[in-house]
Amino acid sequence: MKTIQVISDSVAMTFETGKKIGSLLEGGKVVCLVGALGSGKTTLIKGIAAGAGAGKPENVNSPTFVIVNEYKGRFNIFHIDAYRINTIAEFESLGFEEFIGPDSIVLIEWADKVKQALEGLNCIHIEMRHNGEESRIIRLYGLKNARALKF
Amino acid sequence: MRTDVNILGIETSCDETAAAVVRNGTEVLSNVVSSQIELHQKYGGVVPEIASRAHIEKIYPIIDQAIRQSKLNSGDIDAVAVANQPGLTVALIIGITAAKTLALVWEKPLIAINHIHAHLQSAMMDTKDLQHRQVSCGLPAVALVVSGGHTSLYDCENTLELKLLGSTIDDAAGEAFDKVASILNLPYPGGPSIEKAAKNGNPDAINFPRTMLAKDSLDFSFSGLKTAVLYHCCGKDMKGENRVGKMGQKEIADIAASFQAAVVDVLVRKTQMAAGRIGARTILLGGGVAANTVLRNELEKMAQQTGRKMLVAPRKYCTDNAVMIASLAYYKYKAGLFADMTLEAKAACDD
Repeated sequence: MKTIQVISDSVAMTFETGKKIGSLLEGGKVVCLVGALGSGKTTLIKGIAAGAGAGKPENVNSPTFVIVNEYKGRFNIFHIDAYRINTIAEFESLGFEEFIGPDSIVLIEWADKVKQALEGLNCIHIEMRHNGEESRIIRLYGLKNARALKF
Repeated sequence: MRTDVNILGIETSCDETAAAVVRNGTEVLSNVVSSQIELHQKYGGVVPEIASRAHIEKIYPIIDQAIRQSKLNSGDIDAVAVANQPGLTVALIIGITAAKTLALVWEKPLIAINHIHAHLQSAMMDTKDLQHRQVSCGLPAVALVVSGGHTSLYDCENTLELKLLGSTIDDAAGEAFDKVASILNLPYPGGPSIEKAAKNGNPDAINFPRTMLAKDSLDFSFSGLKTAVLYHCCGKDMKGENRVGKMGQKEIADIAASFQAAVVDVLVRKTQMAAGRIGARTILLGGGVAANTVLRNELEKMAQQTGRKMLVAPRKYCTDNAVMIASLAYYKYKAGLFADMTLEAKAACDD
């Protein structure tokens, strides 16, 4: 599978890109997001959740503090933020493996912090980068039919 | 005949494991919070700092300590209250299971509490008059809860009737403090360290954005402000040099003060908008960020200028605790609002 790159020039386009990703997702997937502060991870996830059928995007907010948000769409959507996680043991004690299943998708921000726990899973990797004040580079690997993302 | 009502409150919605016994909604008989006591020696090993199943290891000793400190016997407890939403499900479940078990064994009612509503109870705890509309008519109130995980405005018709008016669509205010602190290489938690750094800074030094969203929106957005601070320090394309390491204390102080001013400004303006909309007579403030002095002062100023009363949670009850759970539960007890053994944890709440 090839890496697909999308250059987003606005928050709205990042959201729309997420929405397309969400519409292409299949149950059982773990979406691993990496990228610096402010690179648009939560915005992309708002889009993914919307594309996966979760109701109001304004209810999708950053789970940095509570660590896991849950939404209901075509799947049970688990939105995890590993920003405050210090150890793999801590991550595993969230019951993370129980979230994964045919009826659910798991979205993980700061996935690089818990890399070891994600090895061997059915992962889609997304890397986000600053590319200017409004512009962001979104690189994606492991999503079937990802070519549909090209605008 | 005994008329006092003693309630055991349990809180496990995020990082803290906490238990407290409160009499009649206001008299705190005990207050035990995990981060404030030393459990390591007693239970061996390292207790992880972050919410997880580690609550399991802490819940029993903490409840035990809360009951012992209250000097009551378990037979004197009239009800068991627990936060069942919102929060981290695996963490909430532990408090709920403990509460159900005790309620069942003691044959006492179980009371379910919304964690965010309870934060506002902290602001009302010392104020008996607000609980009784007829006494002083401080209601309706507009209530602002600001913490690491939440930033929400409520229309508070009485202790038990809260209507959500708006909340954050991305980062919570407390989270913005933490993340900006990390950009500025200031220690965690960010709230106190930004406030400290900001003391010597000029809040007008940098004009950071005040995101108000749609004209009449009572929702919040702090993600753009965080990114603006980042760009101020690292250049707009993030390709420039991160200057934070080379900044003097004065420059860091100016950034911290200007950032803090932007957050407080938005919080105060939205609260004032909400107060106008519902005809609030009182402003209530609770949650971890309510410990911030600039926020307390600016809200107080706005309340005075607009002829409103301001009630703020005492600093010791701003961060997560179980006193607020047991306190709010008293009013549910009085109203006969009990939960049963089917009570479940809810990650998000609708109100």
